Amino acid sequence: MTATDTGTDGLSATRAEVGRLFARKRMMAFGLPALVLAYLVYVFFAFDIPGLAGRAKLDNAVILVSDFVSYKTHVSRDNRDGRITYAIEGENKGTYPEGMIPGFVTETGESVLIDLGEGHRVAYAGTAATYDHPDFGPIVLDLVDGRVALDTGGQAVPDWINASNTRVTITTDRGRMSMTRNRTETFVYSYGWELFFFTLDSPFHGKSFGELAGLALSGERIDPARSNFASMVGDFWNNAMWRHKDVVWAIFETILMAFLGTMGAALVALPLAFLAAANFTPVRSLRFATRRVFDFVRGVDGLIWTIILSRAFGPGPLTGSLAILITDSGSFGKLFSEALENVDEKQVEGLKSTGANSVQRARFGVLPQLVPVLLSQVLYFLESNTRSATVIGAIVGGGIGLMLTQAIITQKDWEEVTYYIVLIVVMVMLMDTVSGWLRGRLIKGKA
Amino acid sequence: MTDLTAAGASRPVDATRDHYMVLTRRKRMYGGILIVIFIVLMASGFRLADARNAGGFWDGIHMFFDFPSEVVAEAWEKRANLPELFWQFVPSLIETLNIAAVSTLLGALVAMVVSLLSTRGLARFPRLIPVFRRMMDGMRAIPEIVIALILIFLLGGGPVPAMIAIAFHTGGALGKLFSEVAENADLKPVEGLRSVGATWFQQMYLGVLPQVAPNWLSYGLMRFEINIRASAILGFVGSGGIGYDLKIAMQWGTGRYDEVVAIFLLLFATIVIVDQTSSHYRNRLVRGH
Repeated sequence: MTATDTGTDGLSATRAEVGRLFARKRMMAFGLPALVLAYLVYVFFAFDIPGLAGRAKLDNAVILVSDFVSYKTHVSRDNRDGRITYAIEGENKGTYPEGMIPGFVTETGESVLIDLGEGHRVAYAGTAATYDHPDFGPIVLDLVDGRVALDTGGQAVPDWINASNTRVTITTDRGRMSMTRNRTETFVYSYGWELFFFTLDSPFHGKSFGELAGLALSGERIDPARSNFASMVGDFWNNAMWRHKDVVWAIFETILMAFLGTMGAALVALPLAFLAAANFTPVRSLRFATRRVFDFVRGVDGLIWTIILSRAFGPGPLTGSLAILITDSGSFGKLFSEALENVDEKQVEGLKSTGANSVQRARFGVLPQLVPVLLSQVLYFLESNTRSATVIGAIVGGGIGLMLTQAIITQKDWEEVTYYIVLIVVMVMLMDTVSGWLRGRLIKGKA
Repeated sequence: MTDLTAAGASRPVDATRDHYMVLTRRKRMYGGILIVIFIVLMASGFRLADARNAGGFWDGIHMFFDFPSEVVAEAWEKRANLPELFWQFVPSLIETLNIAAVSTLLGALVAMVVSLLSTRGLARFPRLIPVFRRMMDGMRAIPEIVIALILIFLLGGGPVPAMIAIAFHTGGALGKLFSEVAENADLKPVEGLRSVGATWFQQMYLGVLPQVAPNWLSYGLMRFEINIRASAILGFVGSGGIGYDLKIAMQWGTGRYDEVVAIFLLLFATIVIVDQTSSHYRNRLVRGH
């Protein structure tokens, strides 16, 4: 590159320079990873990662995973009045109506037989309850003078039975039974997501897909006012356990927040970007002021805007949209003004020579150059804002983000959490695909 | 074209002009329809959002400055406290920055490997390219808050859940950008290294990395800016850092607004400084000098 002398002086100087360059590169090649490593070690202790094992709650992980794939039915006997109720997850809306019992239960008069599978059986007879363990033998619990009496048939009490005078709990891998003075309760675990399509009060609950198809196409009307298909859709839509209607609305709200926020921000930022671009605004102070406004709006950050806005407008999708709108108008303003500064002047000059005024020059000389950049940026933001709208929804109280945080806070509806996560991921991927497709159509198709 | 002009007659020119006008008119009509649809969507969207909001837009608009002015007024009264409060919140700020930095680093490391594995021409296992691509899509699609909240349930509070959540997302997001850069890398150095028997790792480290490093670093810096914001937000929603302090101070409400202002100012200053510094270095990296 540099002109080298034919003399040895120049050669050795070049060699020395190359040597220094190599030494520096070598330093970088080893120094940089070493620096990163040192930083990671510092953080390892700053974040107290060694203590993490102690804080991690493994039983929570077990709850989470088992709840992902299974649900439990509570079979409980009120020991004061002898009433027996069956409730999925012990919830009110999952309680079996009068005269309807789960498949694993046989009722004969006063006594109830629960089949837990693999030879495990539980029988309620009056106040007494027997857990029949295939390896251990029968375990009998009864209420004597208001206390819980445990009879293991003379064997020592194993560690999977937790017994005191007021409460006995038997936990096996097939289920769990407990007895107190007020209540005898058995948890029966089954695989799957319970009542996903129809709740227990729907006439379609428990029917196979074939039966449902038959009913929908040709069966007699269960509800004379509506066709079977309409009642099916209605029962599914108004499912109280999974709240499909609310979920769909929440997803729609989230997308609405992202859409309104992104498009609104683009509309606000576009005219302001002209003020911040050097080739359109010759007044330096005005340019400077507009740019600082953009920097300020971006710097304050979505989190703070969200807090301020939710104080003024209360929770809901409008607050979320406005938060996205304000934050992104700063980013868009910066991006658009940079794009404007890179505009090719020739087209504008050509228009000027035909006597076009400044609005016409902007419309026909600048916008056509700007539109592809603008559209692709807007679509990128729309996609990433769908994700942000989930988080913002959790703060302002709207959309799927709110439902997700609520479900996680209850710490027991993990199957619902999974459902929401799947829906969120599908939603984001869909927006990703749609925006990618639109980008391709609008930008490449037009050029 | 030459045929047309050679014919010399005015009729083909007229036909061409008419055709052009028809096309232009159709284009304008489509444009007009699109704009009308867009306006209708925006207007009805805002009305719907307004209807589903707890407080309406017109009721809220005059309260927009109430809260900030209340906060600023209280903080102004107690302005003597501010310097001390700044010092009090610096450790949380450092934690937030650490979360952002570590998650950017870890995410970038994952992204480096996955992006090389999913770039045509460089991949170690060309058949698995679609698998790694879908993996990155999946990592990008899961919002940070989902992972963070689940990890808080499993690991308890603190900075680690937020760090893992952001790193996961960063891995996917940077992976896509990194792979776009790596696709344009010159393959000759790689072939040269391969011809002398270099392993895949050596080919990547010595042949590809020097070519893509400036662009990768620039994307990494941009991600760091984004991750500072994300880490503040995640702190507010559930764990560690200055976001959590902000939430506590906000929940307390009147009486602790001086703390709120101190945190606002710290966060604002940090974001602006990091943005300016990183954009300066990004320009240098990408433009060369």
